[in-house]
Amino acid sequence: MSKTSFTTYEPAWCPGCGNFGILECLKTALEELGRDPYEVLMVAGIGQAAKTPQYISANSFCGLHGRGLPAAVAAKIANVNLTVIAETGEGDSYGEGGNHFIHNIRRNVDITHFVHDNQIYGLTKGQASPTSIEGLVTPVQTTGNINTPFNPPLMAIASGAGFVARGFSGNKAHLISIMKQAIEFNGYALVDILQPCVSFNKINTYAYYSKRVYEIDSTYDPANKLAAFEKALEFGDRIPIGVIYREPKPTFHEKNTVLKSGEPLLDRKTNLDLVAKICDELK
Amino acid sequence: MYNILIGGAAGQGIETTAAILEKLLKKSGYHVFTVRDFMSRVRGGHNFTLIRFGTENIQSHSYKLDGMIALNNETVEIHKDQLQDNGFILCDSKLTATDPKMIKIDMEAMAQVIGNPRVAGSIAVGAVLRLFGESTDYFEEVLRTFVKESVFDINVTAMQKGYNAVEPRFLRQEGDAADSMILSGSKAMSLGTIAAGLRFYSAYPMSPSTTLMELLAEQGEAAGIVVEQAEDEIAAINMAIGASFAGARAMTGTSGGGFSLMVEALGLSGMAEIPLVVVDVQRPGPVTGLPTRTEQSDLAFVISASQGEFPRMVIAIRHHEDAFYQTVRAFDLAERYQIPVILLSDQYLGDASATVRPFDVSRISVAEPAAAHEGEGIYLRYKYTADGVSPRLIPGKSSNFVSADSDEHDENGKITESADVRVHMMDKRMKKLEKLSMELQEPEFIGPQRYETLLLGWGSTYGPIAEAIKILNEKMPGKYAALIFGDIFPLPTKLLIAKAASAARLINVEQNATGQLAGLIREKTCLFCTSSILKYDGRQISGEEIADRLMKEVRT
Repeated sequence: MSKTSFTTYEPAWCPGCGNFGILECLKTALEELGRDPYEVLMVAGIGQAAKTPQYISANSFCGLHGRGLPAAVAAKIANVNLTVIAETGEGDSYGEGGNHFIHNIRRNVDITHFVHDNQIYGLTKGQASPTSIEGLVTPVQTTGNINTPFNPPLMAIASGAGFVARGFSGNKAHLISIMKQAIEFNGYALVDILQPCVSFNKINTYAYYSKRVYEIDSTYDPANKLAAFEKALEFGDRIPIGVIYREPKPTFHEKNTVLKSGEPLLDRKTNLDLVAKICDELK
Repeated sequence: MYNILIGGAAGQGIETTAAILEKLLKKSGYHVFTVRDFMSRVRGGHNFTLIRFGTENIQSHSYKLDGMIALNNETVEIHKDQLQDNGFILCDSKLTATDPKMIKIDMEAMAQVIGNPRVAGSIAVGAVLRLFGESTDYFEEVLRTFVKESVFDINVTAMQKGYNAVEPRFLRQEGDAADSMILSGSKAMSLGTIAAGLRFYSAYPMSPSTTLMELLAEQGEAAGIVVEQAEDEIAAINMAIGASFAGARAMTGTSGGGFSLMVEALGLSGMAEIPLVVVDVQRPGPVTGLPTRTEQSDLAFVISASQGEFPRMVIAIRHHEDAFYQTVRAFDLAERYQIPVILLSDQYLGDASATVRPFDVSRISVAEPAAAHEGEGIYLRYKYTADGVSPRLIPGKSSNFVSADSDEHDENGKITESADVRVHMMDKRMKKLEKLSMELQEPEFIGPQRYETLLLGWGSTYGPIAEAIKILNEKMPGKYAALIFGDIFPLPTKLLIAKAASAARLINVEQNATGQLAGLIREKTCLFCTSSILKYDGRQISGEEIADRLMKEVRT
């Protein structure tokens, strides 16, 4: 196996699933960035998107539903040399793991968070997700979803995220570019990736997204926070894709008094002299 | 042996006064054991600290008092009946309570003259030391470690004034603990984690486990430990697991309520075979229960918490030495078997301070993960092995892929639904218990070789039970012995079966309502306890109380 190859296993997704495109983009992004597969750690929770780490040659941690982020940030805290990518679905990231989403934005550990957002629950076969549109009829929301859809980019910007972007699985060249920027961003980076669910979401289809998405052009200033709020609010007949907000800010590693020195945490030596010294002080 | 109480409202400085006094008594050579009884409030209420000191090792409290420092009238009313005949009540002259045992000093007025009302505590400490025939030799040395430089001189003056205000009443006893340490159970545990090479601690504040987090945070920079306050206990344990997977020795700590949130991830540690140490500093439940008080009611819960079946180890902390050495051992076992290891402590032990011989760091040994992939073919994280333990590589440290999965997985860590692989993987994981059971530590036996009644206990009731055995055998020589469990799950049964065979009756002594140890013993050995001494009022049972209740409640 060559050093830059992220060879895959056979994915168990439905034919036509948006996950295939996202996986392909991820591999290309990592290869184009020249990342060493042995220094990449893919972290996920549970769900269809959360199977992504199974299908890429890298280190992988598939933990609990909703709990990918805590494991991902702690792995990065443990070993700063790892490229840590949390890749999982919107139910995992914003529903079950909503609390971790908010607080890991605040923590700003240098990890990348790719959220496969198909506005429905796929693994459990078609219930409403946090981003499902109002009125969506499902086997559980039998008379239509009555809850307001969650707006991930808006929430992320409001919580203080330094990198917030939206992508679309159907625009691969664009998605690869965003993924590369997100991975290279020094700090927590969120990319909410719109994707069709061919089996369960008959509204937010490939055609639905294709008709609405447009690339944010080069005149847009992603450093302008107020403009970013407006851009994040745009979700309807037209859906912007691209980097919505970017603000360099000190990371967890740069601020934490123990990590600041730069030496990976896992390489530190046990300080038995300190134990002896404290024992002495307790006499 | 002497016993004094310092009582008052929250915020009146009981903690500092007690800390200075216990240190001075230890410097003088006494063995000391201090317990803290406080309410879940920041100001007001009734709190007290009991300081027991003598010439022999002490591991339990007593309610019989030789004296008390009463910071308010309520303390006098609540505790005066516990005083021995020659006992004293040291208090400020302003207290309106009256009792022939009172020694009233104008502490507040004296403190005003000295220049700071807050030195009243030092006046009281000085007076107590004189009452017990102590010298003033260690005043300055000890005060220097407790008070700021700017108020050091006035505290020394205050202590001296208090010392001069009374006459000696008790005989000074010569102890050999001057070179011992004095520290709390939580402090001992925090030192154990540093010695074991802890690198990452994540937790959510919850009494009575918060002390441990604060102690670790205090040492974090010097020890190289990242202490992270998580957004909730679910995050705390998942972070610890993520850090451990990535190669940093990790732990999380909580009390029963937080542990309830952690149970799914406990199974992740078992399933993905990621070493993890979890501390449960128990308090009375259910749910919020009594937040600042003590109980031993999480045993049945933690030995079965989380769905499905996986190997785990539970160690109950019995005393301050355990809090250090067993914490180190927990990290070693977690690494060697790649399992979750749960340390069960409780409020009583966590907050109680005791004199202990300095810890021997030369005895420390903690296993490391595998350094490299040895053997033929690609590295398989979950390779089938004879003992069920597969070499654990750290991701990013070699040219091998390391995987972890909460789904059932094959040797390479990939999801599978194969019936055959499922059975092999379950057997592989559960097999680890066979080797683990060979190195379990048997319970500690206390008492004469011939006995009629065998008491059974676990964890922090160690000290009270040991004292009860002493009291009972002084009354009726050769009748009582005890077995006290530290390793409790898997339950070591060899010594229990042997010792139970020569006992006429088995009595479990537990700080819970249902006799959880007795239930576990019944399940694993078919041995039945004939009677129980159970306590679940949130206050630790004392040695005297166990002895009294045995005489009253148990027909022998």
